[in-house]
Amino acid sequence: MLDPIFIKVLIGTLLLAASSSVVGAFSFLKGESLVGDAIAHALLPGVVLAFILGDGRNPLFLIFGALAAGLIAHYGISFLEQRTKLKGDTAISLVLSTFFGFGIMLLSAVQRTGLSQQAGLERFLLGKAAAITLSDLYVFVALALVLLVSVAVFFKGFQLMTFNEDFAAAIGLPVQAIRFVFTILTVLAVTVGIQSVGIVLMAALLITPAAAARSWTSSLRLMLVLSAVFAATAALIGTVVSASLPKMPTGPWIVLALGGIAFISLLFAPEKGWIARRKRAKGNQLKTQRENLLKLLYGAEEREGETVAMTSDMIVAMRRQHLDGLRKTLRALKKEYLLVERPDGFALTDKGRSEGRRVVRLHRLWELYLTERLGMAADHIHPQAETMEHIITPEIEALIVKELGNPEVDPHQSPIPYEED
Amino acid sequence: MTPTLAIALTAVFTAVSCALLGAFLVLRKMTMVGDAISHAVLPGIAVAYWLSQSRASLWMFLGAAAVGVFATVVIEVLRKKLKVQSDASIGMTFTTLFALGVILITFWSDSVDLDQECVLYGEIAYVPFNTWSAGGFSMGPIALWSSGLLLLAVLGYIFVGYKGLKMSSFNEDYAAVLGISVAAWNLSLMAMVSFATVVSFESVGAILVVALLVVPAATAYLLVEKLHHLLMGAAFIALVAALGGYACSRWMDTSIAGTIATLLGVQFLMVLLYQQLILKRNHHAVA
Repeated sequence: MLDPIFIKVLIGTLLLAASSSVVGAFSFLKGESLVGDAIAHALLPGVVLAFILGDGRNPLFLIFGALAAGLIAHYGISFLEQRTKLKGDTAISLVLSTFFGFGIMLLSAVQRTGLSQQAGLERFLLGKAAAITLSDLYVFVALALVLLVSVAVFFKGFQLMTFNEDFAAAIGLPVQAIRFVFTILTVLAVTVGIQSVGIVLMAALLITPAAAARSWTSSLRLMLVLSAVFAATAALIGTVVSASLPKMPTGPWIVLALGGIAFISLLFAPEKGWIARRKRAKGNQLKTQRENLLKLLYGAEEREGETVAMTSDMIVAMRRQHLDGLRKTLRALKKEYLLVERPDGFALTDKGRSEGRRVVRLHRLWELYLTERLGMAADHIHPQAETMEHIITPEIEALIVKELGNPEVDPHQSPIPYEED
Repeated sequence: MTPTLAIALTAVFTAVSCALLGAFLVLRKMTMVGDAISHAVLPGIAVAYWLSQSRASLWMFLGAAAVGVFATVVIEVLRKKLKVQSDASIGMTFTTLFALGVILITFWSDSVDLDQECVLYGEIAYVPFNTWSAGGFSMGPIALWSSGLLLLAVLGYIFVGYKGLKMSSFNEDYAAVLGISVAAWNLSLMAMVSFATVVSFESVGAILVVALLVVPAATAYLLVEKLHHLLMGAAFIALVAALGGYACSRWMDTSIAGTIATLLGVQFLMVLLYQQLILKRNHHAVA
């Protein structure tokens, strides 16, 4: 397994996968990743025609065939989207399936001659890295390096084109030209990528590393680097498995490995992963529940004019909340000395009262702000304030108080409770 | 029954069934989901093959339909829960499932009579040789029966669900107001697409199913305005392509499925050309 040719093929395959995933990351961010899928399928007739018309063993010929077919497919999709009433998804799947069908028809014609085995045309369908000859590999590796260098050179342009095309045009960037360069690079990336994963699964190489990388970082540069690393890791796994199991194609293993990497990233990445987001959402929910409970007790004290104790049953009746969740919240508040438990129920401590007062104050300040500054009717503002009272920070609170000139009462004539000091 | 007739009928039944379902996919802008399902059913087919050791078994249909619906659900979960944009969630789901399917098939290649080539292009030419018999009578090719049943099932589904499908395809909000469950029609349509994919899989292969689902409907969509015209037009276009494609493939000695897809593309190009020229002329006349 460790013979020098295998090592060369391995390194080459890693580079192919990495370089096409970097270009794929841009189309992923532009929301055009399935166009790449269509281009990959559309390359088949180009490659087979190049094989029929030209010298089948010259990789440059195949690359030109692929480039021509890919460009035709790309512009075909744009034409259908812009000039007919067909929607984007239909245009993509239409071009994808008819080009591929045409390719299969041509391939079946070539297969009868028996020449295709020699040229390894089948290798394009599902990828078989070990079947690549060394001279082919050098050409494709050179192409992969061209891709990486081009992305580095055009980085600023691609970045602007991806995130804000109008702005790019407004500051005088040649958007049309950048788009054209990007299209060429996409087609080349697909040509390079199908050497390792094959046509059918090419979409995975464009999309999956980018989707995985996106959940780790918000920086474009870092995301490109991570995409390349993920793709190369998956290519390593795929090539080794394919070399150890004789009949196994490379592409499916690379794609399965990518799927695994994406699954782990989407679930476990800090901040943007599913678990982290759930934790945050849960935290916000808990915070809201606690603040609402303190607000409820503070409101009761305000009405009665004295310290009020409430049993959990009383609170459940008022708040339509599950008893289990409420008990948990009460325990947490007690632990932080915001509430005390008395024989007749739970009551606010001084610290709890101050916290409840803060929530009520923010609620009323926001209601006042909505009526005074945004001109909203007094009977429409309560739900808004219910949300904002949990979000407004002390800095924003200070700004609102200043803006409204230290107001005394809210739109319903309830007093705005400031801290008594 | 002659082999030629068996192949031609199988091709027509499959093509018309897919075209009818495809019309709804085009209207719902969900053709890529159809594409995804056609790839994603592969692991279901592989596992069902391996378990039951036979083609065209009930297990295979159920297994594949389950995986097809599963793929639809995974796409939704990726989009809504994991916040992946919709095109990327489609692409990730179907490639991973398809890769798994190819790996399973290669692993079980000794016991599962299904190879990578069949997955990619289908083997409609072998349809006449795969027959079944009941009570000593030869009943003819299995694929002919399954594609015929598929066509009946699709016609029945559209007949029964016409209103619900129509409403939920054109105006989701209005359908919801009328008490039509958009989600239920979505899932049932995806289940039907999965069935159609499994039945067509052996004959035309994974990717060419997409051609049958999308191209006839897209071609008819350029020409007509009404849903029932769209359905009839798509069915007619599929019929012509299936028969014409089969005839051409015999004449040129090429892959039947590939030739049918190519002919679908040619038909679309002709309609597109016609429509663009007419549009241009009308445009000039107005100007």
